[in-house]
Amino acid sequence: MMFVLRRWIQAAATAFSNAYLLFPFTRNIYQGRLKSVCVPGLNCYSCPAATGACPLGSLQTMLATVRPSVKAGNGHIGLYVLGILGIIGSLVGRMPCAWLCPFGLLQELIHKIPSRKIEIPHWMIYIKYAFLALFVIALPLLAVDGLGYGITWFCKYVCPAGTLEAGIPMLILQPQLRELVGWLYASKVGILLIFLALMIFIRRPFCRIVCPLGAIYSLFNKVSVFRMVHHPDTCVLCKECYNHCPMGVRFYEGANQPDCIRCLKCMQESCKFGAISYEIAGLPAVLKKKTTNPL
Amino acid sequence: MEHTRKSGFFLLLLFVIFLVIGINSGEAAAVWEKAVNICLSCIGIG
Repeated sequence: MMFVLRRWIQAAATAFSNAYLLFPFTRNIYQGRLKSVCVPGLNCYSCPAATGACPLGSLQTMLATVRPSVKAGNGHIGLYVLGILGIIGSLVGRMPCAWLCPFGLLQELIHKIPSRKIEIPHWMIYIKYAFLALFVIALPLLAVDGLGYGITWFCKYVCPAGTLEAGIPMLILQPQLRELVGWLYASKVGILLIFLALMIFIRRPFCRIVCPLGAIYSLFNKVSVFRMVHHPDTCVLCKECYNHCPMGVRFYEGANQPDCIRCLKCMQESCKFGAISYEIAGLPAVLKKKTTNPL
Repeated sequence: MEHTRKSGFFLLLLFVIFLVIGINSGEAAAVWEKAVNICLSCIGIG
């Protein structure tokens, strides 16, 4: 039941984030006022159908223009985008990754293709913090031209979501852009293809290894208002939560780990012993199932 | 436990303040300005 509900919410969030359906006629992106609002998931704002702004792209552009902005007296240092990300993170931590991110949905659907599944080494989940620190914060802020303008490094050199949602569709819609295609476009398509292939074998590879947006939200998991709770007294260490987790989280080793996206699959579908629940502002929202530990 | 609960609300308040300051200084308009133009970097040709 919860799984079906989550799929519907994921589909609805993807549809709302990409609800500008006039693009085949205008051959351009949406330019209305909603574009000033950052969506909670990874959704490129140059996608022809995008109705909101990508929070990661917005954060990079704000940081990349900090120097000229401060010089001009605007004082735009990215507080608006940080405010949106921080409010979401403080309330629910990494929950948007499971419920609202279109790229997360894509990864889960592709992973359903029957194949031999592979697990990544645990240390790889920390790579995304390097992408966040380097490509989203340090390089846009510090690698600037003579006028003080930086570039959006993650969007430009890495983001496969941008290639899929904006790069390929825009080249179809605006043929004149095809003349500008070079090694950069080829490399980005290559990155996209690699991740599409990895999605078949690995659970949410982009979210776990690379996504800087997930890395930001994950910083709030331990302190957010909504939090998962582990009950060691009823846990039998059967590892069913790990087997079914779309992020490969070993919940039995502790609740609210950085990669827990609060999809609630473990609580609703995996755990038969009532060892997993959640709380909101410290108040238990779900009563533990009364199942006795068989061991 | 109580400490982490309070931290969540403190952070929430802090980021609401960030958001309000950002909106008042015109950052929402700056985000809009960037988002309504095709980002050539995102496409991979910029």
